[in-house]
Amino acid sequence: MRNPFARALTLTILTAIMLTGAAGSALACGGLVTPNGTINLLKTTTLAAYHEGIEHYVTSFEFAGEGSEVGSIIPLPGVPTDVIKGGDWTLQRLIIETQPQPEARAFQAVGDALASAGAEVLLEKKIDALDITVLKGGAVEVGNWAREHGYFLPPDAPEMLAFYADRSPIFLAARFNAERAANRGVQTGQGTPIHVVIPTPNPWVPLRILALGRKAAEVVQADVYLLTDRRPETLPQAERSKGFDPNQRGLIQEVSEPASTTLLADLRSDRGMKWLPENGMWLTYIRINETAANLKHDLAIDASGYGRPNPVAAGYPTASGAAPWPIVWTVMSALVAVAFLMVLTDPAVRRQAARVFRR
Amino acid sequence: MKLRAAAAAVALTLLVGAAAASRGAAARANDGTVRITIHYSKFEPADLAVEPGETVRFVLVNTDPIDHEFILGDERVQLVHENGTEAHHAPRPGEVSVPAGETVVTTYTFPKISDSLIFGCHLPGHYDFGMRGVVSIG
Repeated sequence: MRNPFARALTLTILTAIMLTGAAGSALACGGLVTPNGTINLLKTTTLAAYHEGIEHYVTSFEFAGEGSEVGSIIPLPGVPTDVIKGGDWTLQRLIIETQPQPEARAFQAVGDALASAGAEVLLEKKIDALDITVLKGGAVEVGNWAREHGYFLPPDAPEMLAFYADRSPIFLAARFNAERAANRGVQTGQGTPIHVVIPTPNPWVPLRILALGRKAAEVVQADVYLLTDRRPETLPQAERSKGFDPNQRGLIQEVSEPASTTLLADLRSDRGMKWLPENGMWLTYIRINETAANLKHDLAIDASGYGRPNPVAAGYPTASGAAPWPIVWTVMSALVAVAFLMVLTDPAVRRQAARVFRR
Repeated sequence: MKLRAAAAAVALTLLVGAAAASRGAAARANDGTVRITIHYSKFEPADLAVEPGETVRFVLVNTDPIDHEFILGDERVQLVHENGTEAHHAPRPGEVSVPAGETVVTTYTFPKISDSLIFGCHLPGHYDFGMRGVVSIG
């Protein structure tokens, strides 16, 4: 069961989107598009844990306040069997485990979703003040659903949605319900973690979506944690860390080590995390610190131990989806063909060839 | 000689095909209609040429799941719309909203002088994203 495509997908996109109406904002995995089109740079923290063929994707949505018109979207690698409220401290505990303290950073969470006419609603769920919708559909269908449900998509959204929908037509949309948020006393900046359970042959983390709505030179920052049974291989390959250097660009592997039993015990004690083994897990922490222009791929992961992450999952072009034949090659081929045919039809050349073959 | 003629024909066909491919789909019909497709928040084609004083019927096909607009004019016009606040406005010649998935038409008569105009979309972030094109007059 090493379906190359499914392996590649365990994803999560975050698309910064504006929500209209009374909905509150939900920030997830990435940027936030404000009504004037600017982007607030935010940092996202995500856990993609994988055990016994199930990816547990944990991220958090941050309430940006009533009346704010912001949201995001998460593409998924497969149909989730459940979406539940995430644990209260899982993401924070991972930060404490792997990053220099005491500057405990606020983590942000993941996105909002879209859907559209033609998109099939697979699952709807309310988690605290969040309305979660899991959708199935192509880029246009999901984009239409989003627009019709009050989301505003930035100009790069059509291509971004297609980038993901071409590989997996499953998206998760989430947004805060302003009334429930008010009733629950949800404060601006307060996060609501969610935990998405996705059966998939290999975990996957969408990264390119983090660049949605951002200018090319803007730097995307995110923390991605992986917990796997074996030491994983990723594509793109993360660079070696220069010691939490804030100026180091790219996908930076800050931690790759066996997960400590104390970490696993702490995580297991959180809500919905009992599935996690007590030991034998591998912890990887990849820090994303890259310009939007260079964030072109997702993080494909091979957690099987074979060390072969799937290029399709990473978003590299497949043979059928390769770049079009460059025009210059067409012209060159035509010229070569002409020259070849003219030489063949030249009587002098034909006589010379005949002499050669007679020998 | 027949072989040489055939070779020349093949070459000509390939070269013409290549040239056509490099220019994208033909956008212009003989009746003064120009078809512009909006895909992934880009105008295709983004470079047009018209004659001074020519009246052109623009057929705008939005294949995206998001709304766009087509604003044709000089830099001043573009600036006004870029700084404007109208999400939608009544259509005027050369200025029209193009809702998601829809096709709209606008007709515009170009000035009788050699110049160039710009067409663009000024919904938030679209112009900066590169959603613009140029019409050369004359």
